[in-house]
Amino acid sequence: MGGFEPQARWQASAFLAAGSSSFTDFLTMAAPELLPRAAHGDAVSPAAGTASGGAAGEISHGTTIVTAVCETGVVMAGDRRATAGNMISSRDIEKVFRSDEFSCVGISGVAGIGVDMVRLFSVELEHYEKLEGRSLSLEGKANRLAGLVRSNLGGAMQGLVAVPLLAGYDEETSQPRIFSFDVAGGKYEERRFAMIGSGSVFARGSLKKLYRDDMSLSDVVLALIEALYDAADDDSATGGPDMARRIYPIVATVTADGFARLSDDEVGRYVNAMIAERMQRPDGPAAPLEAAAP
Amino acid sequence: MSMPFYVSPEQVMKDKADYARKRISQIRSGVVIACDAGILFVAPNPSRALRKFSEMYDRIAFAAVGRYNEFETLRKAGVRYADMTGFQYDRRDVTARGLADWYAQLLGSLFTDSSKPYEVEIVVAEVGKTADTDQIYRIIFDGSVAEEHGFVVMGGQADRVAAVLKERYAPGMALTEAMRLAIAALASQGDGNAEPITGSQLEAALLERSRPHRAFRRLTGTRLDALLAESDVAGTGNGAAGGAEPGGPEAGSAETGGSPNAASNGASGDAGDVGPDEPGNGDGDGAGG
Repeated sequence: MGGFEPQARWQASAFLAAGSSSFTDFLTMAAPELLPRAAHGDAVSPAAGTASGGAAGEISHGTTIVTAVCETGVVMAGDRRATAGNMISSRDIEKVFRSDEFSCVGISGVAGIGVDMVRLFSVELEHYEKLEGRSLSLEGKANRLAGLVRSNLGGAMQGLVAVPLLAGYDEETSQPRIFSFDVAGGKYEERRFAMIGSGSVFARGSLKKLYRDDMSLSDVVLALIEALYDAADDDSATGGPDMARRIYPIVATVTADGFARLSDDEVGRYVNAMIAERMQRPDGPAAPLEAAAP
Repeated sequence: MSMPFYVSPEQVMKDKADYARKRISQIRSGVVIACDAGILFVAPNPSRALRKFSEMYDRIAFAAVGRYNEFETLRKAGVRYADMTGFQYDRRDVTARGLADWYAQLLGSLFTDSSKPYEVEIVVAEVGKTADTDQIYRIIFDGSVAEEHGFVVMGGQADRVAAVLKERYAPGMALTEAMRLAIAALASQGDGNAEPITGSQLEAALLERSRPHRAFRRLTGTRLDALLAESDVAGTGNGAAGGAEPGGPEAGSAETGGSPNAASNGASGDAGDVGPDEPGNGDGDGAGG
């Protein structure tokens, strides 16, 4: 294995070789030109994306993803806005994806790189599953995704940052789990909830007041939609629910039954309930102050 | 330093083909049957780990008989090809036709270039939205490819097994009927005292038409037992052998000129030339009842 001449690409020997079960490894050997550019070491030209100037203003960025666990599973929600500089480049972009039956990924940052990363990651998981006859462990999936994030480090240093958030159901321990990542490929397991993107600061502030350890799955869905609304309230790059066009956040759940994406109608019901309540109290539900005043 | 003996290309090819044919004729058969619920794969296989059927892509499955290490290499190659094509273009651009064509080229060049041919027979099947859009391709050791309709038999006693299928197959049959037919057809191979077929000796899988996204599903454990019970093929094994009626269609299995895979068999010669040529064994189609 290894060391095939370039002209051997796409030739039978590459496919018949007893290689690893990683799709990325296979592509690296058989057709490296298909890998995302930065993933096989080619530097992105410096002009491409310095954060302040160049093309950066024209590249779409995705924004806020929030995720939280409950007893039975994990919920992930993402707003629908993509921005390019001060323009809204998309009002219905999807940033939460099914990566396999028991996991989902949300992305924020440069949309093109993030979407490609998720696409490669999904094929990677399915490829392993088909070759080995079993799924990767959730930890294995997280490590693999960390590797993909790290392979974009060169791009990230030049301003093309994309970071994923992984949520899944661990079939071995029967527990929902969340992993977050940094651009250097650092992998961090989160205990209750996590968020990424420009609106994540506000979403975190909101969710930590709303989150309870004994929430039901539908309570978590509502809490995440509230958190996204609060993020959109204060962050211009995060989109709120678009009532006129009926564009609502993407909401996905992963439970023991696997991945499920809520239909627009279902999310619409949560959103309508939240909006009705915000008409009375625009800042959303108040967290009760439990400690007795002195 | 010394000149190698000259061997004519005809002789080389014939020797390789004879070798492969002889080895394949000793392999127990497996069947692939299209039915209303999808495409059903059944083969005798006592192993729980070494599979003959597996998922290739969303709606496409791979089935093989022969030497395990060889068809496993081919399976992995196919998964790599499918995933690479789907990654480069789109998931819809991975088709059974494309894969079958690729396998035909691969096996053809392996047959020509290597000193030992692959001792395999493979099937690539894609389940469609409706039964008439199902696609089944059978590819043999020398790269010959044939499109099959309704059902296909792989392995050594293909003719005998196909005779049962040909007699009783009907397009759009129910899954339980297809399973019953598969068991009956598989029971017709062997040397006259076919052992009863039970769930634990079977490998079964289904490309399920109604399943979104990834259609391939293994039928194992309780799921298989339930299907066998529903199909009136008792898991305990009395089903296949029960109700034997003498003088069934197996009498005709000696000559199967008209069977659908005779066309592809024609290219590779008749695989049924080994094995005792006993007339009907009475077990052949007994399970139908």
